[in-house]
Amino acid sequence: MKKSNIIMLIAAILPLGLFLFPLWKITLEAPQYPTPLGMYIHINDFSDAHPHDIKNINLMNHYVGMKYIPEAIPEFKIFPLGILITSIIGLIIAFKGNYKWFLFWFVLMMVLSTAGLYDFYLWEHDYGHNLDPKAIMKFTNPDGSVMGFQPPLFGSKDILNFRAHSYPRLGALFLGAGMACAFIAYSMGKKAQKKRLNLAN
Amino acid sequence: MKTILKSTIALFAILAAFTSCNNSGKSSGKSGALAGNVAEKVYVAPGEHDEFYAFISGGFSGQLSVYGLPSGRLFKVIPVFSQDAEKAYGYNEETKPMLNTSHGFVPWDDAHHPDISQTNGVIDGRWVFINGNNTPRIAKVDLSTFETTEIIEVPNSAGNHSSSFVTENTEYVVAGTRFSVPIPQKDMPIKDYKGNFKGSLTFISVEPEHGHMDIKFQLIMPGFDYDLSHPGRGKSHGWFFFTTYNSEEANTLLEVNASQNDKDFIAAVNWKKIEEYVNNGGGTMMPANYAHNVYDESTHSATSTMKKEVLTVNPLEVPGAVFLLPTPKSPHGCDVDPSGEYIVGNGKLSANLTVHSFTKMLDAIENEKFAGDAYGIPILNFDDVLAGSVEQPGLGPLHTEFDGKGNAYTTFFISSEVVKWKLGTWEVVDRQPCYYSVGHLMIPGGNSQKPWGKYVVAMNKITKDRYLPTGPEVTQSAQLYDISGDKMELLLDFPTIGEPHYAAGCPADLIKPRSKKIFNLEDNQHPFATKNEADTKVVRDGKTVHVYMTMIRSHFSPDNIEGIKVGDRVYFHVTNLEQDYDVPHGISMIGANTSELLIMPGQTETFVWEPKQEGVWPFYCTDFCSALHQEMQGYVRVSATNAKTPLKWSLGENIE
Ligand SMILES: [Cu+2]
Repeated sequence: MKKSNIIMLIAAILPLGLFLFPLWKITLEAPQYPTPLGMYIHINDFSDAHPHDIKNINLMNHYVGMKYIPEAIPEFKIFPLGILITSIIGLIIAFKGNYKWFLFWFVLMMVLSTAGLYDFYLWEHDYGHNLDPKAIMKFTNPDGSVMGFQPPLFGSKDILNFRAHSYPRLGALFLGAGMACAFIAYSMGKKAQKKRLNLAN
Repeated sequence: MKTILKSTIALFAILAAFTSCNNSGKSSGKSGALAGNVAEKVYVAPGEHDEFYAFISGGFSGQLSVYGLPSGRLFKVIPVFSQDAEKAYGYNEETKPMLNTSHGFVPWDDAHHPDISQTNGVIDGRWVFINGNNTPRIAKVDLSTFETTEIIEVPNSAGNHSSSFVTENTEYVVAGTRFSVPIPQKDMPIKDYKGNFKGSLTFISVEPEHGHMDIKFQLIMPGFDYDLSHPGRGKSHGWFFFTTYNSEEANTLLEVNASQNDKDFIAAVNWKKIEEYVNNGGGTMMPANYAHNVYDESTHSATSTMKKEVLTVNPLEVPGAVFLLPTPKSPHGCDVDPSGEYIVGNGKLSANLTVHSFTKMLDAIENEKFAGDAYGIPILNFDDVLAGSVEQPGLGPLHTEFDGKGNAYTTFFISSEVVKWKLGTWEVVDRQPCYYSVGHLMIPGGNSQKPWGKYVVAMNKITKDRYLPTGPEVTQSAQLYDISGDKMELLLDFPTIGEPHYAAGCPADLIKPRSKKIFNLEDNQHPFATKNEADTKVVRDGKTVHVYMTMIRSHFSPDNIEGIKVGDRVYFHVTNLEQDYDVPHGISMIGANTSELLIMPGQTETFVWEPKQEGVWPFYCTDFCSALHQEMQGYVRVSATNAKTPLKWSLGENIE
């Protein structure tokens, strides 16, 4: 097996790390919470950073009319399937394909990841903006519009008395590493092909 | 004439001692630069934690207070023997059984000597034991929740004072009676005290895993007053030592009649020997009646069981188990040094401090060098067991603790000071005044093989000019001394609750990591628990109504209840659905003859309300819990006894 194919094989396997490690983490800091509240987002689940964190986030958020974080979202069914299918495609490519297919897989993953992130953004936006009209506390922005409580997609942001942090976790790193490997495999394959062409010349 | 001269001299000595206190007080007050340095030593910056926990008994308040050292900040008052409206202890249905005794519901006691559990002679920070002096009881406080979780009444005992000290693996917590009484109790002339009254020394076993207490045996001793006690440790592990006074067995005007003998005794008890005897079927089962109250963390409820018998042991049945060590004059404290070799008898009317040697005691016993006996119990020769004495260290010695570095610290009530002296050489090396009239003192880990000899806390009976006045009753107080150097240094005064009788302390790190933050709702086994709002309900059973209620920021469910009638007995079983640290809620009902409830996250508590008037009556949250705490309220509609108002309840919609 060619070196580039071996790397492609690794590339196809790495995203499966999403089934072992969380994809993302949102952390909420406030003076009343010396131990910040935190929530992990996995490929198929939400989970507490510390016991009962999600329950306590819900309790805090209900004051401004945010919905309770759902037990499950449709994405938890779609995303794992997507990762499984793309990994299988990756494996087939690693065994059968040439370097051009590696690029195809890389682009496919880029498109799907971007779509996933966008979906995540939409969900966050809805979660932070679709507020109960009977909310106990209503806040407006300086321009008069209703204040949203959307956590940042990536980075840190102040929301009322909280500072929210949103950063990828190990699972996302596995996905990223997989995609990087696919690109490396493509580059190596291309270089090797060039060499072969040069030799042929 | 001679006596007049003597008493004049004594009086002079007392005055001189007080004068010298004042002098040294003033001299330390002068050094302003030093004072700044002192402030630094007790300063714990905002947000930082103290180095030690101190559990200071509340004496006649019946409670146990939790302080931080070196700051002297009060963190919590743990109700033990007294009802406490702040925490609903002894008011709610769950903890009322804790205060049950053979005399009925006794919601007060005189809490004296806390002692922390030990493993291998070192404080382990799992439980604090404390005695109820008045209606004899021993309580256990769990240091993961800082709640009283077990109380056992001590039968055949009266004035449970020489308690509650633990052996070095917490095998036993001891409960020695102060007053001798007829055993079993009976109607008899008081003048026939001598020879007829008996003193019981009770050994309560502590189950190593969960700390479950049980009376293993009671030693029935001669009718002296048993004052204080300490376990042997290290080489003397397996023995327990009890000071006695009134070896005269007087029954009236004891201040005179119990101060006649030049020497009273320290009773040395080889409990391992008695344990062996009992394990082999020895002892006499005696009818008794005493309460054993246990709080279960999973049901959040206590149960009280009346026990009907107790195993008694006559010391004469176990030869070689009990001996009497003559000790001058009416010894109070009975303190064993960390090595277990020295037993200090603080003869409160004696000019000198008497220290016995454990090794010499064993020698004398082996060679059967007895001076006589008391009711058949061998008395050893004073000179055979004496290790040495500290000459004229002060007036009115009470208690001694040790720093683990070969020094002992003794409090002197009359001369109002702490005196530091050396074990073995018996020389006084330092003294510091107390303000004023010091009783016990405490070094963290004091009753163990490993004291943390950095601080000593002196607990004073009188404060007079030390604080802002508060009418005739002024606070009692504790004083903190740094004992890390050669000389003791007074660092801090701090007020205490009730009478700071005795204290136990240990490094904060032993307890802090194990401190509970919430109770898991899933683990709540309370028979009337409601674990989510959907399950809340109101159930009538004749004239009894059970309200299954929940609370969460910032509402009760249900918040409206109708169909309650005058003459009903309404039980509010309220579950706190929170699962977040430091978010208790409270609830109280207008006209309820009880306290509010203060319910921890995941906990269920119950109070009873018997409405006596028709109307619509509010209830509300009593603990400021959230931004909308003030909105956390509800109503109960009370109809006439014969009314037809249907039983209904709701949250978020009107009752039609
Ligand atoms: Cu509340």
